[in-house]
Amino acid sequence: MRVNFTVNGRPQEADDVWEGESLLYVLRERLGLPGSKNACEQGECGSCTVRLDGVPVCSCLVAAGQVQDRDVVTVEGLADYAKQRDRVTSGGTALDEARQWAARGTDSQTGEGGELSPIQRAFIDAGAVQCGFCTPGLLVAADEMLERNPDPSDADIREALSGNLCRCTGYEKIMDAVRLAAARQGEEV
Amino acid sequence: MDFLRPASWEEALAAKAEHPTAVPIAGGTDVMVEINFDHRRPEYLLDLNRIGDLYEWEVGDDSVRLGASVPYTKIMEHLRAELPGLALASHTVASPQIRNRGGVGGNLGTASPAGDAHPALLAAGAEVEAASVRGTRLIPIDDFYTGVKRNALAPDELIRAIRIKKADGPQQYSKVGTRNAMVIAVCAFGLALHPGTRTVRTGIGSAAPTPVRARTAEDFLNAALDEGGFWDNGKIITPSVAKQFADLCAAACNPIDDIRGTANYRRHAVGVMARRTLTWTWESYRGTRRAACQNGGAA
Ligand SMILES: Cc1cc2nc3c(=O)[nH]c(=O)nc-3n(C[C@H](O)[C@H](O)[C@H](O)COP(=O)(O)OP(=O)(O)OC[C@H]3O[C@@H](n4cnc5c(N)ncnc54)[C@H](O)[C@@H]3O)c2cc1C
Ligand code: FES
Ligand code: FES
Repeated sequence: MRVNFTVNGRPQEADDVWEGESLLYVLRERLGLPGSKNACEQGECGSCTVRLDGVPVCSCLVAAGQVQDRDVVTVEGLADYAKQRDRVTSGGTALDEARQWAARGTDSQTGEGGELSPIQRAFIDAGAVQCGFCTPGLLVAADEMLERNPDPSDADIREALSGNLCRCTGYEKIMDAVRLAAARQGEEV
Repeated sequence: MDFLRPASWEEALAAKAEHPTAVPIAGGTDVMVEINFDHRRPEYLLDLNRIGDLYEWEVGDDSVRLGASVPYTKIMEHLRAELPGLALASHTVASPQIRNRGGVGGNLGTASPAGDAHPALLAAGAEVEAASVRGTRLIPIDDFYTGVKRNALAPDELIRAIRIKKADGPQQYSKVGTRNAMVIAVCAFGLALHPGTRTVRTGIGSAAPTPVRARTAEDFLNAALDEGGFWDNGKIITPSVAKQFADLCAAACNPIDDIRGTANYRRHAVGVMARRTLTWTWESYRGTRRAACQNGGAA
């Protein structure tokens, strides 16, 4: 079957999609967006986390056909998404508009050549990336939490990231990174 | 495989009537795992994501009509006051990502003895609104679970909504697992006080082939509370009564040994959870009664 949907602000069309295929497979294998990782394919690890109409979900558990006409944001589009959100919130318009942005300049295919989002920057600065396999999912989940809850407690952070497993860091640096991003976000206002 | 994408509820019922073997997919958090691991190759997938009605809820005088696909996250955010037991149970499901997709309709469709919605629904009192092109019927939650991962739905039926009694007293939900997130229950226990009818209802998860109520324990407790005038005098429940209730709840289990825990452990843990949830809810009931008396006295 054919599936048409929007990824990182761009209309995409995937052809010859098998009816039982996951959104994760379509992103990685058909659209050349390997940022979302495939580790468990059973919703346990969160490394495939993307936003579907703004909501964080495991893309391995969304059937490809279910995203027809809907909006997906992956880690490749995170910087653009965050930038657009900043513009909208500082302009005082509704946050919802941030979800209706359209991608412009940067390369949403590879994410390269673009700027980093504040949460990506914070992960690097806090040393929260080791092998990096869990990182894309954590970035998408953490960014969404900070959008909803700009001043999270440690408990809020742990809860928001409870669906994302990391086998390397022991989570402390990841906590540091999210605290750092929250603090920087707070300074800006 | 065929992917059916009905745009309305009527279309969905028509599709299910035409293809009774079609597997409905809502949040996909059970269905997709099975497909990803090749445990299931349905001929037809019936996508329910396009049917807006399934994502809505209505709060009535006595009950909430909860659309089958309302995700757990929304239940936690919006229905904590009306459905405290289910909201607590929802919070224990998996992780934010799963709670953003999965809902009670899917939990009932799977009908796993470990599903977290079940003990809360049993304790609160609920009916499953099942529909087909033949019409709609209400299945009492006590009759819904028919075996391990089996339910009372006919092949051409879909769940439209769940009608759950609005809380008229405190409710609790307790679950045993190895961590706070992403845990399938070793066993679980839901309890609801219904001061309106002066009854207590329970629900046990993961400790029998299906989710069950501890009816003998309920009958014992209802009689003991009645005899002692507890609903009126708001006294602390006698420890011997609480213990007997807990023992009867443990006895209502018919658990198995498996990788998550032994049958003995499950029976023991259900007894502990029964006593604790009874204490928590009763303390809360006493608190609201005292507050009501004080307000009454001041007026
Ligand atoms: C990592 C992970 C952790 C989990 N942890 C928990 C947990 O802690 N507690 C828990 O209870 N569950 C857990 N689950 C299981 C699952 O998330 C729940 O059972 C959830 O409620 C399923 O809802 P869904 O909408 O995703 O169902 P789907 O997967 O879409 O469907 C599940 C079943 O219900 C049927 N169905 C769906 N909607 C309808 C309808 N309207 N009418 C008739 N049939 C229907 C489907 O055909 C299918 O058989 C977990 C799953 C994963 C992947
Ligand atoms: S790959 Fe989707 S949650 Fe692990
Ligand atoms: S950095 Fe390796 S899994 Fe998290």
